[in-house]
Amino acid sequence: MDRLACISRRLCPYAFITALAIVGVTSAAQKNGPAAADGMTTNIPGELPTVHLVSPVADGQWTMPAGDYGNTRYSPLDKINTSNVQNLHVVGTMSTGIPHGHEGAPLVVGSTLYIVTPFPNNLIAYDLTKPGMPQKWIFKPNPDITAVGIACCDVVNRGASYADGKIIYNLLDAHTVAVDANTGKLVWKTQVGDIHYGETITGAPIVVHNIVFAGNSGGELGVRGKLTALDLKTGKILWTAYNSGSDQDARIGPDFHPFYAKDRGKDLGIKTWTPGQWKMGGGTVWGWISYDPELNLIYYGTGNPGVWNPDMRPGDNKWSITIWARNPETGMAKWAYQIEPHDNFDYDEIMENVLVDMPWQGQMRKLLIHPGRTGFVFVMDRETGELLSAEKFEPVTWANGVDLKTGVVSRNQDKDTHFGKYTKDICPSSTGAKEFVPSSFSPKTGYLYIPAHNTCEDYMGTAVNYIAGTPYLGASVRMYPGPGDYQGEFMAWDVANARKVWSIKEPNLPVYSGVLTTGGDLAFYGTMDGWFRAVDDRSGKVLWQFKTASGIVGNPMTFTGPDGKQYVAIYSGIGGWMGASALPSVSADDPYAALGTVGAMRNIKSYTQPGDLLYVFSF
Amino acid sequence: MSSVSKFASSLLLFASSAMCLAAPSLRVCADPNNLPYSNDQKQGFENELATLIAGDLGMQVTYFWFPQREAFFQKTLNSGVCDVVMGAPSGLDEAATTQPYYSSTYVFISRRDSHLHITSFDDPRLRMLKIGVHVLGEQDDSLPPVHALVSRGIVRNLVGFSIFGNLSEKNPPADLIKAVTDKQVDVAVAWGPMAGYFAQRSKVPLDLTPIAGDPANPQLPFSFAIGIGVRQGDAALRQRLNAELTRRHAEIERMLRSYGIPQLSLAAQIAPPTED
Repeated sequence: MDRLACISRRLCPYAFITALAIVGVTSAAQKNGPAAADGMTTNIPGELPTVHLVSPVADGQWTMPAGDYGNTRYSPLDKINTSNVQNLHVVGTMSTGIPHGHEGAPLVVGSTLYIVTPFPNNLIAYDLTKPGMPQKWIFKPNPDITAVGIACCDVVNRGASYADGKIIYNLLDAHTVAVDANTGKLVWKTQVGDIHYGETITGAPIVVHNIVFAGNSGGELGVRGKLTALDLKTGKILWTAYNSGSDQDARIGPDFHPFYAKDRGKDLGIKTWTPGQWKMGGGTVWGWISYDPELNLIYYGTGNPGVWNPDMRPGDNKWSITIWARNPETGMAKWAYQIEPHDNFDYDEIMENVLVDMPWQGQMRKLLIHPGRTGFVFVMDRETGELLSAEKFEPVTWANGVDLKTGVVSRNQDKDTHFGKYTKDICPSSTGAKEFVPSSFSPKTGYLYIPAHNTCEDYMGTAVNYIAGTPYLGASVRMYPGPGDYQGEFMAWDVANARKVWSIKEPNLPVYSGVLTTGGDLAFYGTMDGWFRAVDDRSGKVLWQFKTASGIVGNPMTFTGPDGKQYVAIYSGIGGWMGASALPSVSADDPYAALGTVGAMRNIKSYTQPGDLLYVFSF
Repeated sequence: MSSVSKFASSLLLFASSAMCLAAPSLRVCADPNNLPYSNDQKQGFENELATLIAGDLGMQVTYFWFPQREAFFQKTLNSGVCDVVMGAPSGLDEAATTQPYYSSTYVFISRRDSHLHITSFDDPRLRMLKIGVHVLGEQDDSLPPVHALVSRGIVRNLVGFSIFGNLSEKNPPADLIKAVTDKQVDVAVAWGPMAGYFAQRSKVPLDLTPIAGDPANPQLPFSFAIGIGVRQGDAALRQRLNAELTRRHAEIERMLRSYGIPQLSLAAQIAPPTED
């Protein structure tokens, strides 16, 4: 509990009250819920009696990227609810001055709101106690501008974590910084990657106990994916777990017990590659990290294998496209499950892993829910790594399904790409059926709210390309909306029954924003043309919407202000990989620009222009 | 300051900016660290060519330095920060190109003392030797000679070097040539201009064999014609550059030879491939 609470009563008095409230229901939960190892399992008011969340939810503050360790992105706040949401209006706006993709969400700690900007990754603090929420201070880390030329897609940042009086976040130039949350002064700065080898960081760190976890980006450039653990007090690197190479490098030891035979064996991070190729193995960690305080395990997924050409890397290419469970203190792996061996399609599986205890086919299970880029919702037992279900949530042609007995995906070989082979109708496209933008789980409905894409691609191998002075005949990918005459979909997914309950389709653009659910029976999300919506979480009816200035690629969050009111906030600033098509430097006439996404996003410039705003809503 | 002197100084400012306007800029986007093409010491042949042409046009060269990586044309030429990129292959989607000013090929490169003399992808020794290759960043891409090797099942003895290399070193893609001289690999396949330039300057004698083609993969091009890249639709600039390239043709060819660039006769160049 203390891990979520703030350091002093002075900073956030109301948070202490809510923290006490949760302690109150914890004991009740333990009576009729599953045995909680250390009393961390909490029941949330109004939640389904059989659903239990493993960590405290964001009840008033928002101190980490998802609001909670379980990555539910659920807040029990209910002052804004289905009966009054239509009265919501803008009560504050903040500008970062940087018109690039605004991914992630701000933090609220006590009476201060914190924004991390896209490159140059400034940290701006705002005073929530004063009218207009004025700026308190700005911290400028001045990262190396070389990083801008290296980042694959857009110079985004996905947010920060708060712990021990510090705001901790990653810089594009592969450093992690800790900044004093009160003064805005740098406490420590640690290099965790080398931009000279193409390594950048866009993801948000989380903090567990006194350890900061930071991933890396740059799989396209042959970077070796890894997770770095740093000491919260000093920034000293404690351990690094690589996603390729020896078992020692991957922090695999005697306690490693993958559920499936396909993931067992010695030094698979070397043996599943051609000699030496693992050194450029990719499998970067640029998405979200979850933590289960009962099992004391962190969970995260890894990206595409390095060297994108699959013909050059025969083998499973471990540990790319893999979900890991690790001990946070030692970094040693408990289990791993490789979702897609030998990736052909750039299906990074760095998506959020949502941790929920609930009945599964009549039995209470500790679930890990992973709505994947590959087009499947994976439901796993997070204690053992057993796959319980893998159901398609958007059109999928690359695979037919997953064998739950062996964990092996049944691939449709016709869709595997090889140079010189024209391959049509690969669904989903390499942008996935869903991108990194995180879903939200409401314990009141038992539904996962998924922001989804329906984009397919044709693969051909005949376009002239040029890089580092070297011309070549490269593969090109043309993306286009998938079957069904829509491109984006916001859906409620019934986890227990593995089915779609309702959805809102977007004809022209993917849904590329995160999701927030609340105790007010609402699900919030945004669209790439700038609409911010509140939806009835049971019926899917849009109850309120507001048109923001630019497209939305960030994640909604909610908090209680010093005045006791509930607020909801969202970034408005198009960008990121898919949204990059809206930036002035990308030509909409070139269907292969922005790594092929322009083809799917051709019209985005007619819908929205770049922006740099945070909108705050209340009554 | 009196209002008169204020006025005078603003006149001066106006005059100096007018002088700048009088010598317009040829705005070039270039890699600050990638010889033999360019670097920020202006030691590359593309730097020399830019100076030559700008002089003819009565212009001054101004540089926007940017590493030539993913989305280079998007982030540079097509974002408007410059008007030309001094090297771009004919048929590139992201830029229009002038007439080519040289054409080169991929080569096999090995130490002279190894006496390998590999001339064909069907040489059985290629199944045993360590072969250095550049690996690229874009989805499913690799170099034409690498496709030719992989299509023969020659995969496990390839040694990949990121074409982006280590940015803190000089000319990062040249790691591949260093791997040949250091005996990390027995042979490498490399784009001719880079291989030729570093072979010319290598203390260890190196042999280059141009790769003319691969009969088993007739669709794969091994030579490319390179012109100056301008924005799509910038026809006026393209025409002016074409005229200069024609006029200075012999001089440019000599200049490229001095950099060790293996050149194909432009007349013999292979037509750029088209999409089907």
